[in-house]
Amino acid sequence: MYRSQKLSLRYYAAAITLFGVMILFGLLSALYYLFPSMLFNVFNFNMSKIMHIDTLVIWLLMGFLGAVYWYLPKELGREVVGMWLAELMFWVFCAAVAVVAVVFLFVQYGGANEFSMWFINQGRKYVEAPRWASIGIVIVMLVFAYNVIATCIKAQRMTGILWVLVLDLIPLLVVYLDAFPVVTNMSVDLYWWWWLVHMWVESTWEVLIGCVMALVLMDVMGTSRRIVEAWLYIEVMLVLGAGILGLGHHYFWIGTPQYWLSIGGFFSALEPLPLLGMVVHSIYDAGMHRMKTANQPAFFWITAEAFGNFIGAGVWGFMMTLPQINLFSHGTQWTVSHGHFAFYGAYVCGVIAVLYVAKQHVSGAATLTGRAWKWSFGLLNFGMIGMVMALLLAGMAQAFYGRAIGGSTLMAFTAASENLWFTSGMWARMLFGVVFAAGYVVLVYDLLTSPKRVPVLQAQPEPA
Amino acid sequence: MDIQDPSFWRSGAISTTLVMLVVLAFLTIDSLQVISVGGANVPKYDVINQQIGYAYNWSRRADVPVIGGPQPLFGKTVTEAEAAGLMRTGKLVIQSRACMDCHTIFGNGAYYGPDLTKSWLDPAWQQIWMPMTGKTTREDAMVEFLMHPDKYPTWTRAMPNLHLTEDEARATVAYLKWISAVDTNGFPANFGQAGTSP
Repeated sequence: MYRSQKLSLRYYAAAITLFGVMILFGLLSALYYLFPSMLFNVFNFNMSKIMHIDTLVIWLLMGFLGAVYWYLPKELGREVVGMWLAELMFWVFCAAVAVVAVVFLFVQYGGANEFSMWFINQGRKYVEAPRWASIGIVIVMLVFAYNVIATCIKAQRMTGILWVLVLDLIPLLVVYLDAFPVVTNMSVDLYWWWWLVHMWVESTWEVLIGCVMALVLMDVMGTSRRIVEAWLYIEVMLVLGAGILGLGHHYFWIGTPQYWLSIGGFFSALEPLPLLGMVVHSIYDAGMHRMKTANQPAFFWITAEAFGNFIGAGVWGFMMTLPQINLFSHGTQWTVSHGHFAFYGAYVCGVIAVLYVAKQHVSGAATLTGRAWKWSFGLLNFGMIGMVMALLLAGMAQAFYGRAIGGSTLMAFTAASENLWFTSGMWARMLFGVVFAAGYVVLVYDLLTSPKRVPVLQAQPEPA
Repeated sequence: MDIQDPSFWRSGAISTTLVMLVVLAFLTIDSLQVISVGGANVPKYDVINQQIGYAYNWSRRADVPVIGGPQPLFGKTVTEAEAAGLMRTGKLVIQSRACMDCHTIFGNGAYYGPDLTKSWLDPAWQQIWMPMTGKTTREDAMVEFLMHPDKYPTWTRAMPNLHLTEDEARATVAYLKWISAVDTNGFPANFGQAGTSP
């Protein structure tokens, strides 16, 4: 095993731990809707929400880093350059996350001054981490970029997948620079904030997970490099072709010109296309292999990723991003429904797939099988779909009663939030959230348990 | 042309990405002019000295802000520089207290609390909080509420006390008044013009 693959395992361990923290604060955040006086003035909803969404970003990022550190030496046939720096950065990353978590839990917020921005809470959704921690993330990503690029140079070899990965690191880093300024004008603030959030989640991360999935497909399914690279380029073409101007669906209502309604609506409608391509590809692969593979869990999670990405990010996104609908659905639990489904489908399933790839290599098992992974697969998917449907129900009640009929005032918001469809949706979300958490527990158990040795059947010569 | 050749699709990916980036760059230049302070859709900060309304515009087919005559905030007309200072503090309050991890502005943020885009215009200030706080103006009621929200709950999902100073609360009110004057292409629709219960 390469040294960078050992680092990869550390990243996976940190990622799966933060996945658990994310679920814990997701459940807590869901509880506030049911018991609003809970922890009132002690630990309020906003802090729980911050813990939920920030750990989401961090654990997925760690999963991506782990996946690249895993596959990079295999792809180039040599150890990653600058490993000591990479290992140091892992501990810096973990320490920074821990310190920020402690500050969020116990300090929570400060006064309206620059000190709060530097050391406590920047208070921009997804970018709450104080500036010093954001600088830390930039340094970690710069070292990561150095590891990848220097290794390619040292190996004097580039593959198509690595070209895409290296080029993707540029926007990944550049758009993150928006994590620092305080822009007084909210319209301008949100304009650039969406470059960060959209370009990470709906563009650069999609390309990054596309690279990771390409490597996994070659590894697990034995798909040829020629096919995988052609599909990766098609995906990049469609993801960026639709996604760059698909940014426009965030520019409907922030003060930006009216032409974004048409541009955003049109390109958002195109955004499901590349994701549909992935579904077609996965069905093709599954058919080619007759659903048989040495790593069944990874194979199922790759397939779940393709379907989840298409339905969660593509269909659920399209459902609410045409401006005529978005005028009412924007900023309701409908958005939350899409957000959960998209993150889960596009990224969570993919990262779980690479965790199982690592498990097979570490355990040395010729095949991965058993029952536990099936339970976790079922519980996580069932829990997520249940949450998504419950949130959709609640969000539609808000869109119709709070927005369209109620007129969006405080009283309309209150009335919609007390509507039976909304409250029952919130209870159902809680219930399915618990199911999802159970799936996580089984997943961790399965990842940590040594696989059963499956005897290899020897072909017996037929009797004469 | 061999569509099974990865290099064919690589060319497509590079050219498509470049074209889209160039288009985005041009649209960004134009959009930033429109949304800069004093631009076509975003008023100057000293708009807080004036009356702000929100009404349906037949030519736009959308609700748009309507800027009226003088209505100084807290009874004092401020200069452009003073208004900019208030806005800077107001924005820092919104960020330092992580307001948008409960509320939304322009529909962006979290969804536990109501959207604040038009909160300056919300009838609840006159109908509920002015009588509740004993204040005679909307802005004074807003300041009192923001400083002690836990004393004036209107329903089970109450706002916690985030320990705003009076200066911070006043700056936040100024910020919310300015925000309500931004032209948001009709978001939210029908604000305050319909019934509230299904």
